[in-house]
Parts: sequence; structure tokens; C-alpha cells
Amino acid sequence: MRKTRPGKLVLRAVVLVYVGFLVALPVGLIAWRTFAHGAGPVWHSLTSANARHALKVTAEVAVIAVVANTIFGVGAAVLLVRHRFPGRRVIDALIDLPLAVSPVVVGLALILVYGKTTGFGGWLADHGIRIIFAVPGMVLATIFVSLPLVVREVAPVLEEIGVEQEQAAWTLGASTAQAFRRVTVPAIRWALAYGVVLTLARALGEYGAVAVVSGRLVGKTQTATLFVEERYQNFDQPAAYAMAFTLAAIAVVILLGITALRPREHR
Amino acid sequence: MTISATHLTKRFGDFYALRDVSVEIPSGSLTALLGPSGGGKSTLLRIIAGLEAPDEGSVEIGGSDSTHLPPQRRNVGFVFQHYAAFKHMTVARNVAFGLEIRKRPKAEIKRRVGELLELVHMGQFADRYPSQLSGGQRQRMALARALAVEPEVLLLDEPFGALDAQVRKELRTWLRRLHDEVHVTTVFVTHDQEEAMEVADEIVIINHGQVEQAGSPSDLYDKPATDFVMSFLGPVTRLRGSVVRPHDLELFPTPEPDAVEAIVQRVLRLGFEVRVDMTSDDGEVFWAQLTRGEAERLGAEPGATYFVRPVVGAAVSSAHLTPGVPRDSAPPG
Repeated sequence: MRKTRPGKLVLRAVVLVYVGFLVALPVGLIAWRTFAHGAGPVWHSLTSANARHALKVTAEVAVIAVVANTIFGVGAAVLLVRHRFPGRRVIDALIDLPLAVSPVVVGLALILVYGKTTGFGGWLADHGIRIIFAVPGMVLATIFVSLPLVVREVAPVLEEIGVEQEQAAWTLGASTAQAFRRVTVPAIRWALAYGVVLTLARALGEYGAVAVVSGRLVGKTQTATLFVEERYQNFDQPAAYAMAFTLAAIAVVILLGITALRPREHR
Repeated sequence: MTISATHLTKRFGDFYALRDVSVEIPSGSLTALLGPSGGGKSTLLRIIAGLEAPDEGSVEIGGSDSTHLPPQRRNVGFVFQHYAAFKHMTVARNVAFGLEIRKRPKAEIKRRVGELLELVHMGQFADRYPSQLSGGQRQRMALARALAVEPEVLLLDEPFGALDAQVRKELRTWLRRLHDEVHVTTVFVTHDQEEAMEVADEIVIINHGQVEQAGSPSDLYDKPATDFVMSFLGPVTRLRGSVVRPHDLELFPTPEPDAVEAIVQRVLRLGFEVRVDMTSDDGEVFWAQLTRGEAERLGAEPGATYFVRPVVGAAVSSAHLTPGVPRDSAPPG
């Protein structure tokens, strides 16, 4: 057997310590703290009316944001990769903006557009449509912050597979829609799945933008992440840990799911 | 199905890919679009298929105007240089694709796919994925896929361009035999003159977005309309400002009418063929291609002097005369 060189050992140790102290240890400690007094109190905290409502709001917001950004993301990726039009590079740059801007700024910007005291927001309010301090605003904020994730996963794969498979499908009689569904979608499915998972994770975990636009109304516009923060501030640490653990567990389950599926179908 | 392209022009920005091109492709023929890369031949093929729209001009397939028909409704089969295999489908599903789109009954699809895979000698690979096939096998699969929908016209864009020399030669012969069996009007694009000469009934030579000449392979070889056609289809050399094939040069040990006096610089024996590099009395460098027998009979050696002229009936082009050489000095051709 070849001896491992010391340089490699040092590198390994650095990576282990880095990942260990920054990722594994904090997440592990949450699990440990959550179950410090057994599963009973955890179940109790998670089934309280406010906790259940927070989970429901989070699920609602996340599902709408994922569906919207999946449709938009695939559409935008096709547009950016397959078409050349004036303003294409501007759109390309704008899509990355949500990654660069702080979520708190996103929240404030949404209030500036849709808040009751502004022109557009006021007009909407007069017609009975409430955006800010309500679920629609939280959905908008979540869509905004997770907008690039599907596009940036799908676009490079679309670029790589090229147009010839689609063109071959056309010459064989397939309409644009048929070629897209039977040829393009299967080719991009793994990139799309990763994009959706990343979007879902981001949507479940979003805090800053949602905190600003939701108004943090307990039992009304409180999401799971807002619930963690609010319980923690009110010295109800068991409830905060229980919800934090739940969020972390959902993320791990999603990641495990996609890893388990991939090798079987991937050729 | 006869294909006629009339006055086609296609621009990409400032670049003219095609400039007023008109081509007639006879029904049932195997036609090659031949020319150097970037000359516009692929663009012409893609316009016939409906994958590009011409800026001007029209395309008729089987007598009806197809200029504005989408590729789905032209009933053409198209084979791409890089196969365009559907990577997530088995070979059988790839071939079945067009039939499934047309909602043919399952049993018919199965039977037809089986026949086609036999036709392209791919029967035992039906359940493989394209990634498990060689380049030549992928291209045969792509051909079966294109033929499955019984196209009126089969279009192939540099079909053997991505394959290695050996496979290329095999597939070439095989395409010719396939065409003789199936009889579908076939057009293929190539930049390889040997490929075009060997496979095609008709060759259309395209350069700089224009048709240089169209005709049968022997017509083009024997009666080239331009210097370009002549030099593209085979080796050429220049004698007294005329472009001539080196195997059409005759060497005489004694003076002959219209023959140029020249000294042998070098003799290269390449198996059966002997290449003789010479310099004429006015300093022009050219070469002649002889058979081994001719070279031995003449005893060609460096330093020897011969009198050289093209054989009677040789293809000679004098479109680009060297300045200072009078036109009437060109040998008859």
C-alpha cells in the first residue's frame, strides 16, 4: 500500500475540523439538546396550536414558492440558453441579484412596493388584497430569495445537451411541447431535481425577508423559523430546539432522498 | 421526391452562408453536397429540413412549396454529425420515437423497430443505451430512427465526420448499399471528396455560399467548370499557368509539339505511384504522377531532362493564367 503523504493528512485534518466545528457540531448539539429530556416534551412542543400553525404556514409558503420557481426557473433557463435577444445579459445578471442582496433588504423593498402607505399597495388594499403582513407577501419574499436556484442548476445542463436532440425530435414529427417533455425534460431531470431541492431547503429556512414582510403575527403569519426565534426570545427553549431540530431533520431527509434515488436511475 | 431549392439566400449577421443558390435534386438519387467547411452546405441541408429559414428563395419537396413548413410536417429524416441520440432511451425506444409520436399501434411499432434494427445490423443492441455503443453503432441507430417514419427525403449532415477512418469507409459503402435497397431520395453533406466520389450519384460543389458546379462524379472530375472544382476533386499542379492533373501529364525523352522542357528535381516512389518533381525551362515548379512501369521505362532520375505536356483529352483549366504567359501557349484540353 502506498503511504499517505503528510501534506494530505494535514489537509484532511483541516477539512474535518472545519466541517466538524461549523456544521456537524452545532447541528449535532441541537439534536442532543432537543432530546435532553426525552421525546415526550418534543412532541408536546411540536403539537401546540402555534407550532402546528407555523409548520402549516411554512409548508404553504414553501410549496407555492417551489412550484413558482420551478416553472419560472425552467422557462428562464430555456430562454437564456436557447434564445438570443436584446436585454438577455441584463436578465442573466438580474437573476443572480437575489443571491447578492441581503434578505432583509428584499423584505424592505417589498414593503416599499406593496405596503399600504404606497400607491400600488394602497390601491391593492382598497380592492381587499393584502400583501404585506400576510401570506402573499411572505410567498413573494420567499420566491425572490430562492429565484436563482433552479435557473442556475438547469441552465448549464441545457447548454451542455445542445439543441440537436430537440431538433432530431422535431424532424421525427414531435411538436415543440412533445420534444420538450419527451427529450428535454428527461435530459435535465437531475439538475431540475437538485434545483427543486435547493429551492425547497431555502424556502423552508428563509428568515430575514419573511421576518420583515410578515409582521411576525403569532398564530397568523408566523413560519417555523420565526417560531424558533420567538420561542427562544421568550425563554421557551425546548420548543425552540424542537422546531429547529424538525427543520434540520427535514433538510437531511430531503438530501438523503435525492442521494438514494440518483444512483438507481443515473446512467 | 424531387427537391428543388430556388434562389436561396441566408445571412447570419453580415455573413452570407448562402448567396442566391439554386439546386435540383432528382427523385431517388443519392446526392452529395460537397465543399470546404464553412462554405454553406450544411446551411443548405438545414434549410431543406426546415431547421433554418431562408432569408430569400424557396424550397419545393415533391413539387409542393415547403418553404414555410415546420420540420415536423416536411416528412424528412435527418441524421446529425454527432448522432443526436436520445441518451435516456434504449436503442429500440430511440428508433420507435417517431412511430410513438404518430401513435401507431404497439404491435406495429415493435415489428417495424425489429425490421429497422435488422436493416442496420443492430438487432442485438436493441436494449442498450446510446452511451454503451460505439460511434459507428450510434450513427446506424440514428439512421434507423430517421428511416422509421418512412421519410420522403433522407438528409445526412456530415454523417461520418465524427468517426475514425476505418469505420468511416465501412459506413460509406454500407450507406450506398442501403440506398440501393431503400431508394429514398438522399442528400448528404461532406467535405471529403473521396467520400462524395465513392458514394454519390450526383455531386453539388458548394463554396463561399455559392454552387460551383453540379453533376455526376465523373462529369465533375473530367470537366471541372472552375479551378476550384478541379483542385477540390483531386490533386492538381500548374504547367504554363494552366491547372492540370499530375496524372494527366505525359513525359517524352525527345522534343514534341507543345511540350515544355523540364528537369527532374526529385523522384518519390510511393508504392505503385511515382511522383516526379520538376522545374520547367522558365523556372516553373510542378509535378507529374506516373505509374511505376512508366517511370522505369523512362528511367526517370534527378537531373534528367524531359518534354512534358498534358495527354489529349485531359481536364485543363486556365481560368487563372500566370501573368506574362500568353494564353495560346496553353495545351489543348
